[in-house]
Amino acid sequence: MPLNDDTSTARSPSDEPARGTRPDVGVDDPTDPNLLDRIVSRSPSRLGVGRAGPRPTTETLLRFREDHGIARDAVTSRVDEAVLASLDLLTIATLVESHEQFLARPDLGREISAETADYLREHCRMEPQVQVLVSDGLSSTAVEANLPDLLPALLDGLAARDLDVGTPVFVEHGRVDVMDAIGEELDADCCVILIGERPGLRTAESLSAYLVYGPERGTPTARKSVISNIHDGGLPASEAGAAIADLIAEMCEREASGLDLREGDRDFQK
Amino acid sequence: MSLDTADHAPGNGFDSIAEVLAKANEEKTGDQLAGVAADSEAERVAAKRALAATRLETLRRNPVVPYDDDEVTRVIQDAVREPVYDRIRDWTVSDLREFLVDSATTDREIGAIRPGLTSEMIAAVTKLMTNMDLVLATSKMTVTARCNNTVGTDGSLSFRLQPNHPSDDVDRILDATREGLSYGVGDAVIGINPVEDGVGTVTDVLEATHEFIEEWSIPTQNCCLAHVTTQMEAIREGAPADLLFQSLAGTEAGNDEFGVDVDVLDEAHDLARRRSTASGPNVTYFETGQGSELSGDAHEGVDQLTLESRCYGLAKRYDPFLVNTVVGFIGPEYLYDGRQVIRAGLEDVFMGQLHGIPMGIDACYTNHIQADQNDIENLAVLLAAAGANFFITVPMGDDVMLNYQSNSYHDAAALWEVFDLGPAPEFRDWLADVGIWEDGRLTDRAGDPTRFVR
Repeated sequence: MPLNDDTSTARSPSDEPARGTRPDVGVDDPTDPNLLDRIVSRSPSRLGVGRAGPRPTTETLLRFREDHGIARDAVTSRVDEAVLASLDLLTIATLVESHEQFLARPDLGREISAETADYLREHCRMEPQVQVLVSDGLSSTAVEANLPDLLPALLDGLAARDLDVGTPVFVEHGRVDVMDAIGEELDADCCVILIGERPGLRTAESLSAYLVYGPERGTPTARKSVISNIHDGGLPASEAGAAIADLIAEMCEREASGLDLREGDRDFQK
Repeated sequence: MSLDTADHAPGNGFDSIAEVLAKANEEKTGDQLAGVAADSEAERVAAKRALAATRLETLRRNPVVPYDDDEVTRVIQDAVREPVYDRIRDWTVSDLREFLVDSATTDREIGAIRPGLTSEMIAAVTKLMTNMDLVLATSKMTVTARCNNTVGTDGSLSFRLQPNHPSDDVDRILDATREGLSYGVGDAVIGINPVEDGVGTVTDVLEATHEFIEEWSIPTQNCCLAHVTTQMEAIREGAPADLLFQSLAGTEAGNDEFGVDVDVLDEAHDLARRRSTASGPNVTYFETGQGSELSGDAHEGVDQLTLESRCYGLAKRYDPFLVNTVVGFIGPEYLYDGRQVIRAGLEDVFMGQLHGIPMGIDACYTNHIQADQNDIENLAVLLAAAGANFFITVPMGDDVMLNYQSNSYHDAAALWEVFDLGPAPEFRDWLADVGIWEDGRLTDRAGDPTRFVR
């Protein structure tokens, strides 16, 4: 790329808007500048970014690193204690002993120890219709961003449908199928786990609700339902609460989940 | 085939060839998760030593999944050219390693023994090789293939243009295609992973890319990477596909998880040969990746490197134009970090080329793996030095549909510049015609997607 030659694409740091509000158009002297702007603005891909010789411009590079950094922090950090405290959740952990082990051993994130099972039976109401679980999964950011709105909406929705809800539990280092083990130990009719999804570069805040009727260890994936893409840019947390409560009510009524439900999985996409 | 006799037994306290193969691997989380990895470095080296002394005949006679139980084993064993095998059956795995790295051994000498090798022999020697060994041996091998252009020739380094979109919007897919072409990328294939695995989507994607390729007279090929049976149905209804794609596993059970078997793949290959819109003769494309069998609970107690090698033995049956490993996509429970990803990438490309298939790589990572863009840039440099046929590229390395990162269009330009390489010859000429390539590098006009709008 030539040095700044005062063309329309030259940028100065002073008029730089906040991240995400201005497209990164970096092509010098494009064949069709208007079309280039349209190509860049209508695609989620990083198009029309231009180059510095064979390499990206520094601005393009920094935007990429910024987005990746947010995703990495969501994976590696823990959910803020203050958020957990405000949600009044009973906290337990899986068999996972470290973040490294959590990533390398998904089997350990699906199971709890005998001591933890005893602790649950001691502190939770047994045999609820609905057992609600929250887990960091692969994004603590998703839990922090969605749970303060989602959990009250879900609990209100379940109460409004006259469903008997057990003691809500936060599971550190959990995988989706830990709901089978916990649901089995508490003898719940059905179990829902609100869990952080693997972050993309576009958002680290995506959360999913996985649900199972008649939880027991080894329940196949096909017998589970999911409502995914819960975040501000997808299904907002405030709306997701009612949607999940509806699905749970249907599961309890039909005593089924996953492919066994007539409608199958409800997958809300933006 | 029966288990080998006592004089071929692995010894050193190991019970089976499969156990020696597994424990001789460099450290991978997937082998640990499967419970087949060495428990200590001492045990790993003991397994390497036992493997080094193992004769190729022993590996031939002890496939990791029995011949009668597994059709992938049968494909591999039945393809061995017996007189060639007879010349090397008494070699040890150590002999094979030293043959491959010998300065007197060129592509010609490797080609002379290739028909006598099985996937297990190739996996075995890989386990004895260092990263530098792998780069050196791979750099000796030239495996070319021809569809609408030629990949793998000396002096060329090709790239797949992967313009995926989260809702399969064909116009946005073409925008990302324009961007890639403006960087000189797309000679290996313009290949789209669809979100929706349906005949309608596949047909739309194939028609749009085919028309675009025709309109701009681009010497390349299109492909829509849906399930092979979906592509077959689309093709039978008239959709224009140059390459037919499928993901492969290294066991019959693994392929069953993918919804294919040798009969289906044979039928797909036959259909592609008759109905591909390309000139060929190589009209198939396969992707693989260490760990996919374990993730489908179809690993049969075998380590992930050996199973990956068997994928290539199966792919070879279909004279592919492109085969690539998707090396960092599967997650940290199989390949934990950049170190394991780089090692696996070097292993896979070497094993593919030693099988004689035109091998490339998707050097990539997800956001929950302990790796970043620097790791896959490292891997790309190593594999460009080794002479891999092609890499996957996406806009700025960010695939907005599959939610992972791979090499960027910019990486292609940098690799050509560092290694004094260029795209496939026919594609290079075309880039010169449209003013994007001159004197061995990109021109000032490169990087402008609106160059490809009429």
